[in-house]
Amino acid sequence: MANDKIRNFCIIAHIDHGKSTLADRILEKTETVQLRDMEDQLLDNMDIERERGITIKARAVRLKYTASDGEDYIFNLIDTPGHVDFNYEVSRSLAACEGAILVVDASQGIEAQTLANTYLAIEHDLEVVPVVNKIDLPSADPERVCAEVENVIGIPAMDAPRISAKMGTNIEAVLERIVTDIPAPKGDPEKPLKALIFDSYYDSYKGVIIYVRVKEGRVKVGDNIRLMATGAVFTVVEAGFMDATNLVNNGSLEAGEVGYIAASIKSIGDTRVGDTVTNNDDPCDEPLPGYRKVNPMVFSGIYPADGAKYGDLRDALEKLRLNDASLSFEPETSIALGFGFRCGFLGLLHMEIIQERLEREYNLDLITTAPSVIYKVTMTNGDVQYIDNPTNYPDPALISIAEEPMVKADILTPSEFVGNIMELCQDRRGIFKDMQYLDDTRVNLHYELPLNEIVYDFFDVLKSRTKGYASFDYEMLGYTPSKLVKLDILLNGEIVDALSFIIHADKAYARARKIAEKLKDNIPRQLFEVPIQAAIGGKIIGRENVKAMRKDVLAKCYGGDITRKKKLLEKQKEGKKRMRQLGTVEVPQEAFMSVLKLDS
Amino acid sequence: MSSLGIYIHVPFCGRKCAYCDFYSTAYSRQAADGYISAVLRNLRHYSDRTRPTDTLYFGGGTPSLLTPDQLGNIITEVRTDFNLTPTAEITLEANPSALTRERLEKLRETGINRLSIGVQSMRDDELRFLDRTHDSARAERTVREAHAAGFGNISCDLMLALPGQTRDALLYSIDRLAELPIQHISAYILKVEDGTPFARDGIASQLPDGDLTAELYLAAVEALESRGFSQYEISNFARPGFESRHNTRYWKCEDYLGIGPAAHSCCGGVRFAVPRDLQAFIDSPVQPTEVTDDSPCSSQERIMLGLRLTEGIALSDFPDERSAIEKKIPALESAGYCRFDGERLSLTPRGFLMSNQIIGFLAF
Repeated sequence: MANDKIRNFCIIAHIDHGKSTLADRILEKTETVQLRDMEDQLLDNMDIERERGITIKARAVRLKYTASDGEDYIFNLIDTPGHVDFNYEVSRSLAACEGAILVVDASQGIEAQTLANTYLAIEHDLEVVPVVNKIDLPSADPERVCAEVENVIGIPAMDAPRISAKMGTNIEAVLERIVTDIPAPKGDPEKPLKALIFDSYYDSYKGVIIYVRVKEGRVKVGDNIRLMATGAVFTVVEAGFMDATNLVNNGSLEAGEVGYIAASIKSIGDTRVGDTVTNNDDPCDEPLPGYRKVNPMVFSGIYPADGAKYGDLRDALEKLRLNDASLSFEPETSIALGFGFRCGFLGLLHMEIIQERLEREYNLDLITTAPSVIYKVTMTNGDVQYIDNPTNYPDPALISIAEEPMVKADILTPSEFVGNIMELCQDRRGIFKDMQYLDDTRVNLHYELPLNEIVYDFFDVLKSRTKGYASFDYEMLGYTPSKLVKLDILLNGEIVDALSFIIHADKAYARARKIAEKLKDNIPRQLFEVPIQAAIGGKIIGRENVKAMRKDVLAKCYGGDITRKKKLLEKQKEGKKRMRQLGTVEVPQEAFMSVLKLDS
Repeated sequence: MSSLGIYIHVPFCGRKCAYCDFYSTAYSRQAADGYISAVLRNLRHYSDRTRPTDTLYFGGGTPSLLTPDQLGNIITEVRTDFNLTPTAEITLEANPSALTRERLEKLRETGINRLSIGVQSMRDDELRFLDRTHDSARAERTVREAHAAGFGNISCDLMLALPGQTRDALLYSIDRLAELPIQHISAYILKVEDGTPFARDGIASQLPDGDLTAELYLAAVEALESRGFSQYEISNFARPGFESRHNTRYWKCEDYLGIGPAAHSCCGGVRFAVPRDLQAFIDSPVQPTEVTDDSPCSSQERIMLGLRLTEGIALSDFPDERSAIEKKIPALESAGYCRFDGERLSLTPRGFLMSNQIIGFLAF
């Protein structure tokens, strides 16, 4: 098919604004899926995605559409992750498209993610086609929302299609806009192959499936391809496209097309999103721009609650990594928690998703340590260290400069909550940059915030202080010098490594006090008193005490029934197995978890 | 050859106390006759004259429901089948309301020389709560009559940590008891056992908490000591020389033979128990038993039991465990839980209160 009949596009939207529902309607209208095969929100195929209403991994579907001009068109709908944690993946997905449909909720208006993703689309020179969804809601105000899009984003929106994806209203208008407004792809099929990898996943039969956008040249079954970043070479086994439910191997792909390649690739690590695929026998001169290795931003120790499940946890992480090259982990040993893994995540949501999948899909009971960011430490001798585990934080006497990562945050909120949010951001050491009214009632607040202030519970607290109305998005800014200290927690005078963390000196006292209180509430009284101390270096800055239990006795041991008493003591011993034994102190796993949510 | 103690479980009660989970059934003359024959049969079966039997204990249930004649027949059978020593301690558990002056004199004639009387409290409000059939005046009269009848070794039970019990209320009972001509007090912390009326009534939620219970217990220990009743076990206090020799067998891993439904035994290198079933006991030529432990008196068990006694354990008896135990002693000592003289390890009253945890810490 000629390039001018192809349209490659994605849909961008804030959570819950109806991206997946619109995708489903488009699939339905183009009869890519028969109605009876429809399952709601077909594109999201992980359970957690569906429940959370977010798309984690990009997917792509080829659709056929006969437009009102009588011509047949090929649509490639590329689904993008919505969340900032997957910003890089979003950006690679966008690079595979010429246009983006911007879905905005007719009652909610623009939200933080809408903005972040729209700006990203504009940066990639995508044609942005605004669509106002949910016009069936009583509170819908399409005129106001269109004006907001024009004012805030600065693209014409007054004639944006007003639709209801849920009711199927006016979907044709969207399809027509795709034909008329989104440019056809360019690219010369006769040039050497140059294709962008925008997603990949592991299939247990075919090996890694890579999703590509062919920019130049063509690729066909039997070709030797090279993945330029890793240098790995493979022979193409299948090349084709995806309909809504299946891979369709039609033998080749060429410039302008979106599709998949299977080449018996064993490791997902070889197929990095953003990499360029070329023909090993007739390579292109240089790769597509913009590839970078994605680095984890947030780290946490993950331990099995039952030490015997260490092997299971490792297997589960390895399986998850097959489909998620951005997940990193390496073995770690904690005196308190035993054997586990130091895991790196793209962000908070990514971390939560992984933890949830480990628990839900692999049935593991986990203990996680407080999330940490990567601190940059310049030593007095000039060496630079990056610290992702508080345990490894160097002796302060040897540090010349300590730096922490900052983010640039957009917070969109109804104006009545501005005060609450400013208070929260100030409390989290935020630096106010500016504030912009989107309309009479809605505000966009710009802050610079330390990443370590938002990795805990920022989003939860933001939601609770704005009755759920505020939305939040962030991007990385880089490092800034900071007064950092390592806060240690001691139980009965011994440092508990799993509870140490790095914190800004000004916040150490308050945090120390809260953690000590939480631990006091979560460590049961036991044989010996348990002094809880929080310390910076050798200096104690907070303390609590779990008093010793006073009474645990079988007063009567009569009639010679010794067996019963022995059973009781054996049962007591069983019960203690669920506790972590630190010296003479028994710590239940809830105690470790309790310090992760301090404001709730 | 080591000595033997005999325990006879008498599974009858006039009425069941709301807190009690020992095995008992309603008393009837017919059941009692069948029961007595079965006890005599079993005594003949287990007959052993090769070693001294120096304690005999009638527990229950309410053994004082048996007539002095019935008890006398059993004691005579014991003397026939076993080598019951002249100084043997022969104890009868008794309810104040079951004892009259005349009956006490007859009991004394059977050879019974120690009474364990279920007084429980010297406050009438507490006795009503415990659903006892006697009041404090009756308890006092019974004790004095028993003394007059020639019993020179009398123990009274005392219940502590009752719902709402104050320190003063407890000390009142102790004072009243200490004035009586008794030599021994068993002071138990009330525990609500599963399946008892107290458990069904949710009494557990009304009990004093651990801290208050500990205060009451420590106050009781102090008060009893100062009145001449020395603590020799977690719940047992005696004037010098009047420690219960029978019960001490349990704590020192000495042999005892139990006869009757729900009775436990440890002899011949086995622990065994008789099912809680009176009819099966009556109907069987020899009481049915099930082995509960075929290698009793392990180090672990001897530590568990020995630490119930104020004399504690001698570490030289535990060569294999000694170094592990010694490492743990300083932490226990500094918390005030134990005393250690380099050889004997014993718990303090504070340690007794935490003995489950301490034994777990040391030996489990």
